[in-house]
Amino acid sequence: MSAAIEVRRLTKRYGRTTAVDGLSFEVKPGRVTGFLGPNGAGKSTTMRAIVGLDRPTSGEVLVDGRRYDQLEQPLRHVGALLDAKGVHSGRTVRAHLDGLALSNRIPAGRVGEVLEIVGLSGVAGKRAKGLSLGMAQRLGVAAALLGDPRVLLLDEPVNGLDPEGILWIRALMKRLAAEGRTVFVSSHLMSEMALTADHLIVIGQGRLLADSSVTEFVSRNSRSFILIRTPEPEKARDALAGAGIEVADGPDGTLEALHTTLETVGALVARHQITVYEISPQVASLEEAFMQLTADAVDYRAKQEV
Amino acid sequence: MTVADFGAACAFEWHKIRTLRSTFWNLGAFLAVSLALAIPSGWYLHKTYAELDAAERAVFDPIGSGLSSIRLGLLALVIFGVLTVTTEYTSGTIRSSLAAVPRRAVFFASKTVTGSLVALAASTVVVIATFAATQVMLGEHAVALSDDGVLRAIGGGIVYTTLLCVFAMGLAAVLRSSALTIGLLFPLFFMVSTILTSIPGVRKAAQFLPDVAGGQILYREPQGDTILNGWTGLAVLVAWTVAALAAGYYAVRRRDA
Repeated sequence: MSAAIEVRRLTKRYGRTTAVDGLSFEVKPGRVTGFLGPNGAGKSTTMRAIVGLDRPTSGEVLVDGRRYDQLEQPLRHVGALLDAKGVHSGRTVRAHLDGLALSNRIPAGRVGEVLEIVGLSGVAGKRAKGLSLGMAQRLGVAAALLGDPRVLLLDEPVNGLDPEGILWIRALMKRLAAEGRTVFVSSHLMSEMALTADHLIVIGQGRLLADSSVTEFVSRNSRSFILIRTPEPEKARDALAGAGIEVADGPDGTLEALHTTLETVGALVARHQITVYEISPQVASLEEAFMQLTADAVDYRAKQEV
Repeated sequence: MTVADFGAACAFEWHKIRTLRSTFWNLGAFLAVSLALAIPSGWYLHKTYAELDAAERAVFDPIGSGLSSIRLGLLALVIFGVLTVTTEYTSGTIRSSLAAVPRRAVFFASKTVTGSLVALAASTVVVIATFAATQVMLGEHAVALSDDGVLRAIGGGIVYTTLLCVFAMGLAAVLRSSALTIGLLFPLFFMVSTILTSIPGVRKAAQFLPDVAGGQILYREPQGDTILNGWTGLAVLVAWTVAALAAGYYAVRRRDA
């Protein structure tokens, strides 16, 4: 499975601010790849660099092995939703799409098709200034789908959509990926990505923090364990280890028993007559894990480099 | 870059121009303002011609009288040129436009070529209509198309207004703001040129300003004590236009959208 998008040591500076810092990753076809990071992590800058809107300070980005501006009729290769507000308010919905179709010699009939797909056929003759944010977002999706591209870039597509629209875009992204297309979608919400994405690229402060499947990311980052607070940690550790239970050291001298149940641990400490102050189940949510990961980006990198 | 790419990019630009209402307002105003000034001034000149003395009759220029009114009307054409470029930035369509036409050279060339052709078509209509309207009002003092310098003035006038519009497009690509570009060009065309050309010390330099230099072609005789004539004046305007386009292209190529 060769990569549809290759980001190679991409760095982008705006004056003194480094938005993207030596970022490298690949996006492969046939699955939804989530691009996750807090606001200001460099997601939009990276997406803009993919379609050649921002010129990299160093490094390069390739789509189907070529720089975006070397693609013939690029809208037939890559569809991008970057900014829902990128429509002239005085132009009609249809006129906006008609122009884009002309630019890449896309048959005019395709405009009607994409309007149908995004559910905007009824407002085709309406001027863009009359559109709600959700409708503008759908128009942006229509523009992205116009050239029937193999690669789709969607920057925060859920923004401004109502609950029904959110379900719709999730289903659409999954369907496009199932058709073998490359779907690269950014979000600052881990929960949203957990529902849609198959693979995750996580960045913080312009650097890569994680590149793994969602299942792997979840199992690595959302830990559930039994917290044990005891004045006899050595004794407790031996007892747990003796029962074949994996133990980790928690903060403040606590122990964390993994892959076990509250009942098992309770029975075990009773049998070994260990004094405990607290035994409680703990679950770190995915959202918390993500927050932790990105908030401590600097700290995380320091540990990685050791 | 292939010819097909460029053709498609021009079709895109033409589509953008004709789907904006401001295009029709501005080009309509170009015609309306030019005619609205030409007709009464032609009428007034016709009425007062009998009162002119011999010396005044000798310098009477039925060609220049017919065309000087487009110098005000062309401000609307300049706004058209500026908006063709700046609305991309102010509305945010620049991102979808560049995603569709990522080669900056193709993008900028298609935009300026298409905008220039529209300006040329509008200028042809307006200059001929303005000239004709004035001549009708001048009655027996009118010039004929076959008269010396008439075709030169009409052709030159069309080129003059078109070039000023193209000059404005180049400048707009550098400044990216409608307000800034128009705010710079209007005082230049309206006041700075007039003021500077009236101050003896700087008059020599002011004659090289784009609108002043290019405007010489509209008259039978060079205006004021200028070293430029119609053709050299037009050449100076061409130089300004080329410089503005080069700067505009550099800005479009270098800067992030």
